[in-house]
Amino acid sequence: MSIPLSWYLILSAALFSIGLFGVLARKNAVAILLGIELMLNAVNINLVSFWRYGNIASISGQVFAIIVFAVAAAEVAVGLALIISVYRRRTTVIANDLDLLKW
Amino acid sequence: MTFWNDPINLISEWLRGIFMGWGMAANLAMVITNIIGIFVIILFAMAIAIFLVWVERKVVARFQDRLGPNRIGPFGLFQPFADIVKLIIKEDITPEGADKLIFNMAPVISLASVILIWAVVPLASQIYGVDINVAVLYLVAAGAFGTLSVIMAGWSSNNKYALIGAFRMVATMISYEIPMVVALLIPTIIAGTMSLKEISNAQNGIWFAFLSPLGLLLFVISAIAELGRSPFDLNEAESEIVAGFHIEYTGMKFGLFYAGELLHAFTFGGFMAVFFFGGYGGFFGLEKLAAFSWLSNPFIQMVVFLIKALIGYWVIMWIKYSMPRIRIDHMLAFNWKFLTPLAFVLLMMTALLDKLLAPTNFYVSGMFISNLLFAWIVIEILRSRSKQERAHDIEHAEPVELAAHH
Amino acid sequence: MTPDQVIFILCAAVIVVTAIMVVTSPNLIHAALWLIATLFGVAILYALLQAGFLALVQVVIYIGAIAILFIFAVMLTRREMRDKGPQLNKNWALAAILAVLTFGGLFYILSGWSGFSGKAAEIPAGMDTLRNLGFALVSPDAYLLPFEVASILLLAALIGAIYIASASKK
Repeated sequence: MSIPLSWYLILSAALFSIGLFGVLARKNAVAILLGIELMLNAVNINLVSFWRYGNIASISGQVFAIIVFAVAAAEVAVGLALIISVYRRRTTVIANDLDLLKW
Repeated sequence: MTFWNDPINLISEWLRGIFMGWGMAANLAMVITNIIGIFVIILFAMAIAIFLVWVERKVVARFQDRLGPNRIGPFGLFQPFADIVKLIIKEDITPEGADKLIFNMAPVISLASVILIWAVVPLASQIYGVDINVAVLYLVAAGAFGTLSVIMAGWSSNNKYALIGAFRMVATMISYEIPMVVALLIPTIIAGTMSLKEISNAQNGIWFAFLSPLGLLLFVISAIAELGRSPFDLNEAESEIVAGFHIEYTGMKFGLFYAGELLHAFTFGGFMAVFFFGGYGGFFGLEKLAAFSWLSNPFIQMVVFLIKALIGYWVIMWIKYSMPRIRIDHMLAFNWKFLTPLAFVLLMMTALLDKLLAPTNFYVSGMFISNLLFAWIVIEILRSRSKQERAHDIEHAEPVELAAHH
Repeated sequence: MTPDQVIFILCAAVIVVTAIMVVTSPNLIHAALWLIATLFGVAILYALLQAGFLALVQVVIYIGAIAILFIFAVMLTRREMRDKGPQLNKNWALAAILAVLTFGGLFYILSGWSGFSGKAAEIPAGMDTLRNLGFALVSPDAYLLPFEVASILLLAALIGAIYIASASKK
């Protein structure tokens, strides 16, 4: 193994920042969820590389990553169901236009 | 390590020797040898696909009581080459308003998802691409790519029929992935490993088809639905939706979809062989006798595997050309209300009995009889339900006026 | 340059470029397809880290289910077939600055850590990480409880999503 740990950590930091930009800068609600997916993937890369470069015998890193998979899947399913339901009522998914609760 | 006993390793050693003799570093020689190996696997898969075009047309012809192609070459053997030439010289039309990049990538990804599978299929104990210990999951992952290519094709064609066909096809494919994965888990539990080579080796005593016939049936049904072939082919039948998601594809792009579908069906025939019928081995211990030791030869094992895969493919074709089509809502209801609960109960039963009966003498008979018992219980439940439904319909039937009665 | 390093650099380039395309592409279907490329790159990265099971689970779950869910959701929530106007809202410059600051901050904190340039240990021969993972997920004194809780979470999400997205009954 000739790849230092720093390469993986820098890559996951970059992916996290790109996902953060996507969440903060996009108009469409589905596009915001895409950014959240990128951030979850960055976290997973971190978890698995720390498992590999740390204590290989203790498998906690991989178990944590699998739980993150399950949570991401659940969150995407419910989030997209909510967006579809909102679209049925207001025919828009632009995050700025969903402002019924503002005074 | 003679050529007769261990061909792949010998050839790769020889190639690496040649490359290092030219002065390359050891790492680079290994990488180039591996790339050559990948090309050989792809060529093998595509050669089988060409052969399958001929097999498909001859077999469908015999099922329909006619001869099939017999003019080009002896027994029409060169018919696939005529088909290929025809597809290449056809005009390549891209519909206006179609998303060009996605439109062109979809057939490539569809064929790639099938060829990817051939990297793990063991043709013999010494002839295989790679032996990973999560091969069963790899098969499911490669199937997921196929689903993606369908939706890319349907969306980018800018065509209502293509989109509706693609939606239905993707709904069918992801629904039937669940019983298929559970049916693949049954041989995994019995063999104790996910590696295809080890599963083939574990069937040296007895085939898994005898240990779990219901698992085999479940796998065949969900595999045919995954492939999108009859009787589950509402999504691309000509009388229904005029070719569905590949309506707008002409020429060799359609050829890629077509070849991919045939090769996928043959690959599932290969899976039936590997998971339930012993793969390249499974001679019930016969090869241990001195007179039959030639059965352990890799080339003989490869021939045995291909014959078993062709028989599995023939069963899939038999079902295709004998059964009527099923409607889309019946397809999905059949999956979610019948196959998935059945698959889960079967998996739990197999896992439990596998642990309970393993140390006893009744392993084979116990598993077989438990499967038959479970099948009988399911048939009884279905029968009582259909009796109830029929009684309900008879009670609530009302006379309908005939059209010409006025 | 060992083959591993070459593969890593190619993979990292693919991941970063496709991720940028995901967050800046005006056509949402294209953004979802770029996401699929990013997820595939991450799966290759897991294979490099010798977590082969996780690589395949990533392909099956993320590409085979979540990405297709995204594509369907995009198709079901568009008013017309074209996306009109820019897809970035009015705060995008501030968001870009914040993203760069986050990356810089993470890099600064991590580079001060002593284990930052650590090399990987060899996996001892005979250790079957897949077996260890399987045992860890179902042993009561390992991670059985989080495993079961995750499955209940998925059940709740399943029921919730079906209920919310089903057509309203008049």
